Amino acid sequence: MAEKKIKSTEIESSNGQVHASGRVLVDKTYKLYIGGAFPRTESGRYTPITLNDNSVVNICEGSRKDFREAVVVARKAQSGWSKRTAYNRGQILYRIAEMLEARHAQFVDLLEQIGSENPAGEVDASIDRIVHYAGWSDKYQQVFSTVNPVSGPYFNFSVPEPTGVVAIICPQHNPLLALITNLLAGVVSGNACILIIPPINGAVAITLAEVLHTSDLPGGVVNIITGSEAELVPHVSGHMDVNAVVYASDHQDILRLIQSESSANVKRVIARQYEDWSDAELEGPYLISDTVEIKTTWHPIGQ
Amino acid sequence: MNPEKIESPTIDQVGVEERVAKLKSRSIKKDSKVHALKMAMSMIDLTTLSGDDTPGKVRQLCYKALHVHDAYPGLPTVAAVCVYPSMVKVAARHLEGSGIQVASVATSFPSGQSNLSLKLEETRYAVEEGASEIDMVISRGRFLAGDVQYVFDEIATVKEACGKAHLKVILETGELSTLDNVRRASDLAMHAGADFIKTSTGKIAPAATLPVTLVMLEAIRDYYYETGVKIGMKPAGGIRDSKTALQYLVTLRETLGNDWLSPDLFRFGASSLANDLLMQLEKQRTGRYQSADYFSLD
Repeated sequence: MAEKKIKSTEIESSNGQVHASGRVLVDKTYKLYIGGAFPRTESGRYTPITLNDNSVVNICEGSRKDFREAVVVARKAQSGWSKRTAYNRGQILYRIAEMLEARHAQFVDLLEQIGSENPAGEVDASIDRIVHYAGWSDKYQQVFSTVNPVSGPYFNFSVPEPTGVVAIICPQHNPLLALITNLLAGVVSGNACILIIPPINGAVAITLAEVLHTSDLPGGVVNIITGSEAELVPHVSGHMDVNAVVYASDHQDILRLIQSESSANVKRVIARQYEDWSDAELEGPYLISDTVEIKTTWHPIGQ
Repeated sequence: MNPEKIESPTIDQVGVEERVAKLKSRSIKKDSKVHALKMAMSMIDLTTLSGDDTPGKVRQLCYKALHVHDAYPGLPTVAAVCVYPSMVKVAARHLEGSGIQVASVATSFPSGQSNLSLKLEETRYAVEEGASEIDMVISRGRFLAGDVQYVFDEIATVKEACGKAHLKVILETGELSTLDNVRRASDLAMHAGADFIKTSTGKIAPAATLPVTLVMLEAIRDYYYETGVKIGMKPAGGIRDSKTALQYLVTLRETLGNDWLSPDLFRFGASSLANDLLMQLEKQRTGRYQSADYFSLD
């Protein structure tokens, strides 16, 4: 084969970007985030997303099998995560905020590229929200636990426990803030979460996965699958090993489908539909209470 | 018979691994998958071999063997329940008349480090208690030291002590270090009278692997060509999911043909595999991925 000499000025990265020095820029391959690793989708499918600067990124179109793998690793990771002390979970979640702060500019840029209205404001709000939920990790229990009056020589306590494996279907608007809010409200109590992200937000979500990955969050506690909501939802809501579905996107017909399919194993279905995810209603312990189960214990007095 | 005269070919390890990789890529779907999953279920030796086994635990395992999942119509039962000799009586009482065999390990399982008379005593005891299948371990130490005559004689005498009971010979391939040794031990066991050859005790890692299984299956094939006798195969340990089980069945079918696709000639030594097979069968039936919450605890 004849060797072809290429002048540095001719070299372009696939996005057509060449550094001023003539160096080819290295593009990032956006993959999925499952079990603390970044695998490609099993299906081999990609959705090309054109960014505002006309460059193109390929986002994985996750399949039902990617979701199946994510459930397996989430189930494995969940018990260990929920057994950590609440304080330790808080520390780890707080570290996500630290990591995100350091990447502030990168996320502002990414949000700009997909046409967000107020990128800097959204990144600020997201970091603050992480800190907010990290703080709740050892406090929401006091809000929801009760000592119940009973007729008899017993103590009777009700305490919240994590629901288990929670699937979260994220909306297209507020790519970072909606994701962070739903994710943090889920993992803070000890759930393992699987996020379904619309491809347009894929670059933001998978870059956030890098942040999560460096925050001491055990592998499998958070899993991110980019792909079509309509394709994945039947498998999400039909899966017997998913304990709750948070539907934060805004298609009423898909929500109804989730509600009817989820009856098979009586999943919790939580619908969260907000036009603006910076809404103050989204702070406080009540989102956390959506994905906990209340366990009541009887204990004889004097033993 | 002089075991020194048994000829074993050397094994091409790279070739074996390549063949296994090829067989692993085979994909089985829909009706064929359901058929294969049911077949795998019918080949399971449900096993409990731990120091904390109690009659209660063994009873529970027998119950599971009899009622794998009553909600699934037409599901085959497992092939056998495998226990320690002291638990054979309990198992035999509960499985009487069901067609499910009682298998017992013997000969100082799992290490085999004891003398021959004690091993024979243990074998006879297990058979008297009601075991119809005996899983013996070979003396790996003697084998590795080159004393094949001892190993050969030991298997032959234990076979005698088994009487009518079937004899499965555990090679404990994880301790044999090379595939050449696995092949040699397989040939030795078959010539000495084994009805089945079995990979592992399940007590040490690595337990059953596909390359080791392929080498043993090829030994069985060559023995069949030489003598016309069909020897059974039992991979044991580490086979936990349906996907792996199907890979074993593919390897079996492609090496020995359809005759061996039967619990009479192939078994899985496993316990958690049964639930995974069930979950896959239910997935095929309902279209929904299943949760361990809805199946018995192992």
